[in-house]
Order: sequence, then C-alpha cells, then structure tokens
Amino acid sequence: MHISKVIRPLALMAATALLAGCNMVVLNPSGDIAAQQAKLVVTSTLLMLLIVVPVIALTFFFAWRYREANKEATFKPDWDHSTQLELIIWAAPLLIIIALGAITWISTHTLDPYRPLNRVALNKPVPRDAKPLVVEVVALDWKWLFIYPEQGIALVNEMAAPVDRPIQFKITASSVMNAFYVPALAGMIYAMPGMETKLHAVINAPGNYDGFSANYSGEGFSHMKFRFHGLSEADFDAWVKKNKAAGQQLDRPGYLALAKPSAREPVKTFANVTPGLWDAIVNRCVAEGTMCMNRMMAIDMHGGMGKTGSARLAEAALRAGDDDLIRSYAGEVCTVAEAVADASSSKSAATTAVR
Amino acid sequence: MSEIAIPTSQSAADEPRFYLKVDRHPDNGTLLGFWLYLMSDCLVFACLFAVYGVLGRSYAAGPSGADLFDLPLVAINTSLLLLSSITYGFAMLEMQRKRVAPVLAWLAITGLFGLGFLGVELYEFHHLISEGAGPQRSAFLSAFFALVGTHGLHVTFGIIWLVTLMVQVGTMGLTRENKRRLMCLSMFWHFLDVVWIGVFTFVYLMGTLR
Amino acid sequence: MFKDQDLATLIFGRLTWEAFPYHEPILVATFIGVALGGLALLGGLTYFKVWGHLWREWITSIDHKKIGIMYMVLGIIMLLRGFADALMMRLQQAVAFGDNMGYLPPHHYDQVFTAHGVIMIFFVAMPLVTGLMNYVVPLQIGARDVAFPFLNNFSFWMTTCGAVLVMMSLFVGEFAKTGWLAYPPLSGILHSPDVGVDYYIWSLQIAGVGTLLSGINLIATIVKMRAPGMGMMKMPVFTWTSLCTNVLIVAAFPVLTAVLALLSLDRYVGTAFFTNDLGGNAMMYVNLIWIWGHPEVYILILPLFGAFSEIVSTFSRKKLFGYASMVYATVVITILSYLVWLHHFFTMGSGASVNSFFGITTMIISIPTGAKIFNWLFTMYHGRIKFEVPMLWTIGFMVTFVIGGMTGVLLAVPPADFVLHNSLFLIAHFHNVIIGGVLFGLFAAINYWFPKAFGYKLDSFWGKVSFWFWLVGFYVAFMPLYVLGLMGVTRRVSHFEDQSLQIWFQVAAFGAVLIAVGIAAFLIQLVVSYRNREALRDHTGDPWNGRTLEWSTSSPPPAYNFAFTPRVHDNDAWYDMKKANFQRPLEGFAAIHMPSNTAAGFVLAVLSGVMGFALIWHMWLVAAVSFAALIISAIVHTFNYKRDYHIPVEDVVRTEATRTRILAAAHV
Repeated sequence: MHISKVIRPLALMAATALLAGCNMVVLNPSGDIAAQQAKLVVTSTLLMLLIVVPVIALTFFFAWRYREANKEATFKPDWDHSTQLELIIWAAPLLIIIALGAITWISTHTLDPYRPLNRVALNKPVPRDAKPLVVEVVALDWKWLFIYPEQGIALVNEMAAPVDRPIQFKITASSVMNAFYVPALAGMIYAMPGMETKLHAVINAPGNYDGFSANYSGEGFSHMKFRFHGLSEADFDAWVKKNKAAGQQLDRPGYLALAKPSAREPVKTFANVTPGLWDAIVNRCVAEGTMCMNRMMAIDMHGGMGKTGSARLAEAALRAGDDDLIRSYAGEVCTVAEAVADASSSKSAATTAVR
Repeated sequence: MSEIAIPTSQSAADEPRFYLKVDRHPDNGTLLGFWLYLMSDCLVFACLFAVYGVLGRSYAAGPSGADLFDLPLVAINTSLLLLSSITYGFAMLEMQRKRVAPVLAWLAITGLFGLGFLGVELYEFHHLISEGAGPQRSAFLSAFFALVGTHGLHVTFGIIWLVTLMVQVGTMGLTRENKRRLMCLSMFWHFLDVVWIGVFTFVYLMGTLR
Repeated sequence: MFKDQDLATLIFGRLTWEAFPYHEPILVATFIGVALGGLALLGGLTYFKVWGHLWREWITSIDHKKIGIMYMVLGIIMLLRGFADALMMRLQQAVAFGDNMGYLPPHHYDQVFTAHGVIMIFFVAMPLVTGLMNYVVPLQIGARDVAFPFLNNFSFWMTTCGAVLVMMSLFVGEFAKTGWLAYPPLSGILHSPDVGVDYYIWSLQIAGVGTLLSGINLIATIVKMRAPGMGMMKMPVFTWTSLCTNVLIVAAFPVLTAVLALLSLDRYVGTAFFTNDLGGNAMMYVNLIWIWGHPEVYILILPLFGAFSEIVSTFSRKKLFGYASMVYATVVITILSYLVWLHHFFTMGSGASVNSFFGITTMIISIPTGAKIFNWLFTMYHGRIKFEVPMLWTIGFMVTFVIGGMTGVLLAVPPADFVLHNSLFLIAHFHNVIIGGVLFGLFAAINYWFPKAFGYKLDSFWGKVSFWFWLVGFYVAFMPLYVLGLMGVTRRVSHFEDQSLQIWFQVAAFGAVLIAVGIAAFLIQLVVSYRNREALRDHTGDPWNGRTLEWSTSSPPPAYNFAFTPRVHDNDAWYDMKKANFQRPLEGFAAIHMPSNTAAGFVLAVLSGVMGFALIWHMWLVAAVSFAALIISAIVHTFNYKRDYHIPVEDVVRTEATRTRILAAAHV
C-alpha cells in the first residue's frame, strides 16, 4: 500500500520533468500563424475529448460492471435495439463534427498559406504602409537557398527576418519534392520543382529557430536543415549589410554548381544575385539553351509547336504585337523575317512592323 | 462445376427447418465475376483517361493532336472495331441457335477485323515515332500512347482469347462452359468498343478540334 | 555474331556480381542466418518426406480453408521481417545523436523505412486480412467454398511471389529508398536509377493482381453463394464488412495498378508522366496513389470491425446492438472513404476551399465509426462478459483506436495538419489506428477462430502475456512519438543534432522491445498450444458458444464444410438453431460435388515472379520467355475442363459418424 504512495508522486514528478524539459514548439511557437494553428490543435482536441473521454470511461466501466462474475448486473441477452440510444449515438458525434467543420472551414481560409496577413499578432493588425519582406526559397539537394530580391543578397542554409514584419515566401525546388518548415514560425508547404508555392508568415519574437525539410527527399535529407533568425529591425539591417559586404556573386553557373547533390553544407553568403535568376530557377531554365517552362506553357496554350500550333502562335504574336511571343516563335522555328512572311501570306490584312 | 443437381419434389411439411436434404447447386458466379473484373478494368481506363485529361495539353512545345492525328485513318480504325463488335454479336446469335460452324465463322471475321484494327494502330504508332512524336517527346504524347496503347494491348489479348475459344468450341462444341466463356469474351469485346468510343471522342476528335 | 559481353547482357541484363552485398556485414550475417534456417527447413521437409503431402494438400489446394491458413502463415512470417525493420529503425533513432552517426548510414536506413512500410501494409496486413476473410466467410454463409476456387489459389501465390521479390531485394541488389509510396520525382529514373524502385513496382504489381482477383472472388461468393434464407440483412456482420472491404478492393486496386504502370513507363521507356520536364506532373502521382491509398486503409480495418462485432457479441452473450445501424455505418464508411484522399497532402497547396472540403469529409467519416464503437459498447451493456483472450484484445482496441481516431480527426483540420504533416505525430497517429485497430483485431480474430481452423484452442496464458506486452509496448513506443511530433520532429530522419530529443527515442525503443516480447509470446503461444493440443482440444466445434454458422461445423471443418447446406431464418443463425434445439442429421448423406486441386495457380504465379525479377534486372530475354510461358500456361490451363470431383458418400458418412462419436463423448 505504502509503495504506491511513493510511486505515484515519483511518477508525476518524472512526467512533469520530462514534459517540462521538452520544448513543444508546435504548441508554443513564436510566430503568429503558428500560434493560431497551435490554438486550433488545442481547441479541436478539447472538443473531441468531450466524446473520447466518456467513451473510454464507459468502456472500462461496462467491462468491469458486466463481467461474468458480477451476477448482480442485469443480463438482457436479447436486448439489441433502442431508437433513442441510436439517435444519441449518431447525433452526439454529428454535433461535434458540425462544430469542428465550421471551425475547419473558417480557419482553413484564415490560415491559408497563400493569404496575405491581415494581422501581425493578436490585436496587432498589419500597418497600412507595411511592405512585406519577400524571400525566395529554393529547396536543393540537400540544402536550402534563400534569395532576398529587395536586398539583393542570397544565402545557403541560413535566413533572417525582422520581428513583426510580414514575410512573403515564394518557394520552389530544384529536383524533387521537399517541404519548407520552420515550426516556430508557421505551418509547412511543399517545395516542388517547376512550381512556385507561397507562404505568408510573421515572426513575433527574436531568436534562433530551426528550419528543415519536412518531406523526405533522398540521401542527404536528415541534414537538410537551416537556421531562421528572428531579429529586430536594426539587427536585421545590420545582418543584411554584413552579408552584402561578403562579396560573392550568385550567377547561373554558380547556381548550377550549387544545385549538384551535396549534404551538410555550411552557411554560404552571396552579396549579389544575377537578375532574373529566381524566374529561371522556377521555370527550370538556368542552364543556357533550355526552354523556360513558362514559355513552354505559353506555346502549349496556343497548341504547341507543330504546324497548327506554330501558325496560331505566329498569328497571336502578330495580333498582340507581343515581342516575347514573336521572338519565342521565331527563335524556336525560323528567322523573324521568315515567320512574318509565313504568317502574313495567309492574311491579307496589313502586318505590323516587326522589330 | 457444370452440373446442376435437381431437387426432388417434397411437400413443405417434409422439409427440415434448418438444412436442405438435397444440395441445391449455387448459382454460377462466372458472369458476375467477369463483370466485376471488367469494371475494375474500366477503372484502369478511367485513370488513363484522367491522366490524359490532365496532361493532354502539355505538348512541351512540340506537336499537338491537331498536328499528328490522321482522322481518316482513325475513321477506318474505328469502323473496323465497331464492325467487329457487330460480327461478334452475330456469333452470339448463332450460339443461341446452337450452330457451331456459323459461330466459328463469325468469330473468325471478328478476329480479322480486330487484327485489322491492330494493324492500322501499329502503323499509326510507327509513323508517329518515326516522325519524332514518340511517347518520350511530351507528357501529352506519353498519355496518348499509354491510353491508346493499353486499349490496343487489350484488343491483342482479346484476339488471343478469341483464337483459343475458337479452338475450344471447334473441338468440344458449344458446351455450357464454352457458352459461358463466349459470353465473357462478348462482354470484354463490347467493353473494348465502348472504351474506344471514349478514346475516339476525347482524344482524336477533341484533340484535333483544339 | 554475339560477343560474349552481349550474350551475358542479353541473359543477365544489369545483374552482375556487384548486386550481391558481400561487403555489408549486416546483410551478410542476415543472409547466413536465412540460408542456414532455410536449409534446415528444407532438409527437415526432405527428411520427413513431406514434400508430396505439401504439394498435394497445400500448394495445389483450392480449399478456402487451406488457402486462408497459408495467407496467415505468410502474414506472420512477413511480420517478423517488417518488425525487424522497425527494431532497426528504433535502435538507429535512439543512438544517432551528435557525433554518433548510428550504425545505419542513410543509404541503408532509407531502404529500411521504405521496406518497413511496404511490407507491413502489403505483405503483413493485407494477407492476414485476406486470409481471415477467406477462411471465415464461406463458413459463415453456409457455402462449401468461394465462387472461384482456382482463382483463390492463384491469388494467394501471386501475393506470395510479390513477397518473395521484396525479400530477394535484401540479398540481390537493393530496395527502394523513397518511402512506402515512392513519390516521383524521387522515384523516377533520374533520381532513383538503381533497381530498388523496380523491385517495389513489380512486387506490388504482382501482389496487386492477386488482391484484385481475391476481391472479385469474395464479392461473387457473398452475392451468389449464401445459404437459402440468408438475405442480405441476415448476414453476419463479419460477412457484411468483408463484402464492403472487397468492394473497396475492386474499386481501388486498379488505380494502384494504373499509377504504378505509369511510373514504370517513366522508368523503362522514358515517358513524361511524372517528370519535372516535358510537361510531366508529379502532383498527379500523389493524387492517384492516395486515391488508392485511402480506401486501402479502410480495406485493412473494415474486416476487423466485423471481427470485433462477432467477438463482442459472442463474449457478452448478447445479440449485437444495432445490427442495421452497423450495416449502414459500414456502407457509409465504404462510400465516404473515396471522398477524403486529399487529406494526405493538405500541404501540397490545393487552396483553402479544396482543403476544407476534404477536411470536412474526413471528419464526417468519424460519425459512422463512432456509431460502431457505441454499438459495441451497448452490446456489452447488460451482457455477461467473459474475458477470454479475444475479448481482451477487443477492449484494448476500443480504447486505443479511439485515441488514434481522435488524432486523425485533429490532423483532418488543414491548418493543424500544416504543423503536424509528416511529423512523428503523424507516425504515431497511423500506428495508433493500424496497431490499435488492425493488429489488435487480427490477434483477437486469430485467437477467436484458431480453434475452428485447427481443432484446439490457443493457450490463454501466453495469449494474455502477448496481449499485455503488445498493449503496454504500443503505448510506450508511440506516445513519445506524439510528444516528439509536437516538438517539431519530422519523419524519416536517420540522425539528429538536438540532444534533448534522445530520451524520447530511447523510451520509444524500449516500447519496441516490449512489443518484440509480445510477438515472441505469440510465437510461444503457438508452440505451447500445439504441444498441449489434446488438453486444449475443441471437441464440439463450438468452443465459445458462438452465434454464427461456422460454429455449427466440426473443428476443423471437413473439406466440404457442411454435410447439408444450412437453411437460415434469422440473424445469428447458429444461435437461432441452438435455441430451437437443433439436432444434427445423422443420415441421408449424399456424395458432395467439390472443385479439384490444381498446380496451375502456383505455376502461373512463379512464372510471374520470374518475369518480374527479369524486368527488374533488364533481363529482356528472360522476361520475354517467361511472359510467353505465362500466356501459354494460362491457355493450356483453360483447356482443362475437368476441374471437379465428387466426395464419395461413404467418405461423408464416415466423417459425420466420427463427428457424432466425438460429440457424444464430449457431452458425457
């Protein structure tokens, strides 16, 4: 008897120590989006416990009370139906699910990663003149590249953001599916080659936070980690300046070298980024001579580059006076002069001058 | 399991409450089973159609359906297949009339139409590939070859089955088992026809109209 | 003229001596163990001269009972392999912190977690569930066998060949390093050029054919072969759940076949279905694979829901509460399971409205599931519960599954999923429902129906030991994973830097060891029960005072199941018969029409396996020859019209007379 008096408090202490020692960042994050998501986790769990706790309790209670040895409990071997009970059995979970469903619809729209923030924290709306910090993210094998278009710097495996300023992430990958995740900041979103996903978030407290890939992507996956620094505005400006002074240029060959598979990369800094590099990365045409995906999709929209498609493309280009489209058609098939001659011979209308 | 045990007649009062004195043979489930298989095959085609739906405009700046599809040739193809369904129907009618030789004749004609269909299709594929429009060229072409090619594979297996059945009907006659097999092949053959109508419409016609 | 090099390549493809991992000590040791054990087994079989018996009575058998047992044996053997993978993972994750890289480099670890998932789902859970349905359903509906007995045999051997291919990848080449669903572009030819993903594709395609045909078989059986008087609403609940499961199989597995075929085209032919360039779309693979994947998990759980219904009712000595409600709930779950697949990738960026829709449909499924749990509860209510081993597993299930279901509904809220997707919280959730639901259910069902299959009960002491170690072991192994998930830890990681996580992994590893003891106790239970079988003998065929028709036969049932086809008047047909004081007929037997054994299924499956192996290693000649052999064998088989025989009436008389004697002795 007295042994349990010792064991129970010891067990409680151990549990508390263990749980206190662990940092459950998902329930206790430093970014507003993540904080709202944490609240959702707790609320949903409590709602469901309303059903789950009674069910578990009833299971133990019925198992004990109606055990064979207990001859006092009434035995009704043919009682197998009760409309009242059925109504409760179906209605109670239904009500909980209706509540959860409403919460789901609302919160999924509010916390949509594509949705620009309307608040920086609880009771702190986004200031009207606030300009979001844009960060372009590339998931490489097996490291992270961060490009700051406004500041003109880029880093490998490290990024920073000022506290309380909305961040707009644009995310892609170079080879396979990854997921961009900083638990302290916001939920994750997949990083996929040839596609650009978006995430809107804000960090509310300075700190050095973990970031990593949350979708298995191959041999170097376990070490595909980066640091996310939350800094005050002043510290952030200093951080940008420091990286700007580092001196290296991130150009196309440099990116291609970076994209080669490697794991456990140390932090690298680039003071300059070739203009248009991000678009080339998203459209998978960093290497010279490859067709950019957006160009390919535009051509496909007009029917490809077979006979029919090309003719349509030329017509559309002339009609729109679209320089780029003309060049793409021309570049893929023939010279500009030939293209114009080909298209306008089927049209009697005057052609526009071709540059 | 091809015999049916005939229950002797008994008055209701004689029948034991909880068992059958004489075994009543269970209904043969072959046609149901084959139908279920056919529906699962339909689902495979549905996936391929869905893949074609998603990828069907991804030409990778290459040729599109309008550039590649030879509609007159496809019309010939389609007629051969539809005719083969009709001739199979005639074979089934002769089966009901229990006439082996006409059954075999109509089956042979069906097989020939099927071979004709395959021949035209193989010619079309060969032509596309030699023009550089093979399944590796673009996602659109991958989806095209997968869908049309899978259908063609099914026709091929259907023809092999048809020849086998012809031998079996020819040697053993129109037994109950063989008639069941002919009915299964009938379902299979018409099903391939229906899938082809889908292919013809969504791939060839709509692909050319774009 | 063929050069020697060309000839070697034509025959052996890309299979070279390098494919054998003679420089990996763990694999070499495993191989030696397997080789020695295998040789001992083969030697024993030869010494005791049982090859003929094995061939005639088991390998070529089309008896649903024998096939059911073989499925269970396959599942249990593969459980040992899949669990070994689990132990390896737990050990690695318990030690690999900081400077300690653990004992499994990523190259090896990534294969282990992929194999663990593939084996547990496809070669443990599926065979065990299929074996159960195969054994029990014909008996429950009063039939002599399934609708297509030869196809049943073929299905089993196809599943086994798939398992053999996966096991071969351990010693010849390597397995996939992509995770159990092999998402492209990682699984495409550019990023996984080795044989691993090909082993994955062909073993699943071959096993998938087996499963699909099994699904067709059982639907036709349940629809066409029920005893007279057994209308749909008089079927046992286990048969209902089996029917819904097999509908799910027929409606889901073709999607898996199609998507794996497309992936193999990408790898073999160079098509652009799931590539990054030339218009491919990897997201489409994710959609298609989960359109199969979600119904798959319902395929796993629904039969066990049925088993629990039978067990609760039998051991509470009460009619199942709300039979109609249970049926409707099962059908609703079956239909809804097709409308939820996107919840597996909320984070892929589908937009808020699409995400909400699928989140809400996922939550709706919990309503009929909850109704089932309540119905089991109210079956216990006013019952007289006997805590035999199956009932213990059932109570364990009811508590554990409910927790797992709760975390599932939590993950169904998209913004919550955004912080928990792919984390150890997710791992804990699905192990919670699969172990708590499927595995606990399988052990309950095995303990429940074992006496029927083998004629003696399983030892209840070792059964209880196994139960308690599994139950405690599960919680110790997986509750820390919930905590780790909330600490932001993601899955499939082989090495960690944060030392504060280690204690949780160590606790989880200890839990895995407890489960290992539970598995060992189960194996001991099998051995001990066999040795004590006379003391545990089930003489009456109805050891639990059961309620459904399978308990009206002897244990084990004769080959023909029922001397006379039963006639049904009510639910719980056997209980109904016992209440009316049914007396077993002692005369009037007739010869019984039965299907014959055949080697065709085994031959066709082996040829398929050879073809799969050849395709994996690009042995084109072998692939072509085995494919031709496959077609020819199939055609030859169709020329066999004499596939049945009659059990002579004397045999039936003798068997029934023996049973009469045993029953009389048992009642003394």
